[in-house]
Amino acid sequence: MNQPRFPATPALSRRFRLQWEDAQQSHVLLYPEGMVKLNNSAAEILKCCDGKTPVDQIISNLEAKFQASNLRPDIEGLLAHAYQHKWIE
Amino acid sequence: MLPNQAAPGAPTVSPPFWLLAELTYQCPLHCAFCYNPLNYDAVRNELTTGEWVRVMREARALGAVQLGFSGGEPLNRDDLEELVAEARRLGFYSNLITSGVGLNETRIAALKNAGLDHIQLSFQDSTRELNDFLSSTRTFDLKMKVAKLIKQYDYPMVMNCVLHRYNLPHVGKIIEMALALGAEYLELANTQYYGWAMKNRAQLMPTREQVREAERVVEEYRARIGEACKLLFVVPDYFEDRPKACMNGWGSVFLGVAPDGVALPCHNARDLPGLNLPNVRDMALGDIWRTSHGFNAYRGNDWMQEPCRSCDEKGRDLGGCRCQAFMLAGDAAATDPVCSKSPKRDRVDQVIHFASQGGAGLDKGQVIEQPIVFRTNANSRAVAPGIIAGNTSGNSA
Repeated sequence: MNQPRFPATPALSRRFRLQWEDAQQSHVLLYPEGMVKLNNSAAEILKCCDGKTPVDQIISNLEAKFQASNLRPDIEGLLAHAYQHKWIE
Repeated sequence: MLPNQAAPGAPTVSPPFWLLAELTYQCPLHCAFCYNPLNYDAVRNELTTGEWVRVMREARALGAVQLGFSGGEPLNRDDLEELVAEARRLGFYSNLITSGVGLNETRIAALKNAGLDHIQLSFQDSTRELNDFLSSTRTFDLKMKVAKLIKQYDYPMVMNCVLHRYNLPHVGKIIEMALALGAEYLELANTQYYGWAMKNRAQLMPTREQVREAERVVEEYRARIGEACKLLFVVPDYFEDRPKACMNGWGSVFLGVAPDGVALPCHNARDLPGLNLPNVRDMALGDIWRTSHGFNAYRGNDWMQEPCRSCDEKGRDLGGCRCQAFMLAGDAAATDPVCSKSPKRDRVDQVIHFASQGGAGLDKGQVIEQPIVFRTNANSRAVAPGIIAGNTSGNSA
């Protein structure tokens, strides 16, 4: 049986803090003694992971916000990456 | 002076990433492998709460994002909670690096409330006997209690255990202990030979076989436990043939501030001769980071000598560690003697060979008493009397 690639209603892990860093000119994920620098799209997706919004809704919200279509593969790819690294739960 | 502009000809200066606030050198433990300077007891004029707040604000403005409260034992400062709260307001991710001594429920609740993000708890061994011997205290049971408190208050927990010849054979048990206590990360930190550890190097240096065996055990656990607990194990570089990129480059990401305000490009910079280390009491942190002599002395690679200067790997290891170069080759600007290209590599091999012969205590079949020198105030005064290096501004004694 395959493990799900990511949770149906993802939430940012309480083990990470997401914030904007002026010096980096980017959003970052902070964790004990470390930092992941996020590109714009990763940051936009992770900001939607509030533990209340299902993935389908996240996708349509972002497609509306950026007036784009077919974002699903990119978003699901990022969510799988984030889940694998325990950024989301 | 233009902002973000270093001295003419100097390399581009990136923002510091990591501010290490060494709040005090005072510590209830007496670890034989402490990296604090031997003469720590001569430092008496600790920065005030207000001075630390200014340092944190200036560091944050420079772009620092990770903040370590360390020492010594940072819990010895009763303004720790106040400093943590300010760190949180400034947007730092704050890490408390502690022996656990002094961390009771009242304080951990107050720290949580102030916004502390993470606690790193040190252990000396998986056994009470060796933990208490190496730290020269009875603290093992207390540390177990603190580990439970850390979990109870839902902090991510990094356990840290410094490794050497006495506890390397226990590395499997140390990992088991970290798993049992629910640590998310375990730093298996092979002793770096500076400060008190250098003083005790003959006693602490493991054999190559011990290191390789421990590495094998760690690999086995990694394969078995997956993401349950991240095991960080760095082979001590004496056993490598290339040096580590020390501090990720001088003046590149790390900004330490000692209890008396001396700003440090590396933890042990005050042991290096000829460095004019600035003090946060005299200079704004931005000037310290960008233009001070101390932070530019080994920045980039213009300072390098041969064989580093013409080496095609210099961008990878940046010439290695300046303190190691000074201690082993007698010149802080020399190639780190760990490198097999260094003309002084034989000095590292001698140390390893000595360890393989049984280390301290054995010399041509004769037992020579060479006891471990624990880090105590009395020993500090005895082994390293006199003035501590660094700008002495504010020294009243």
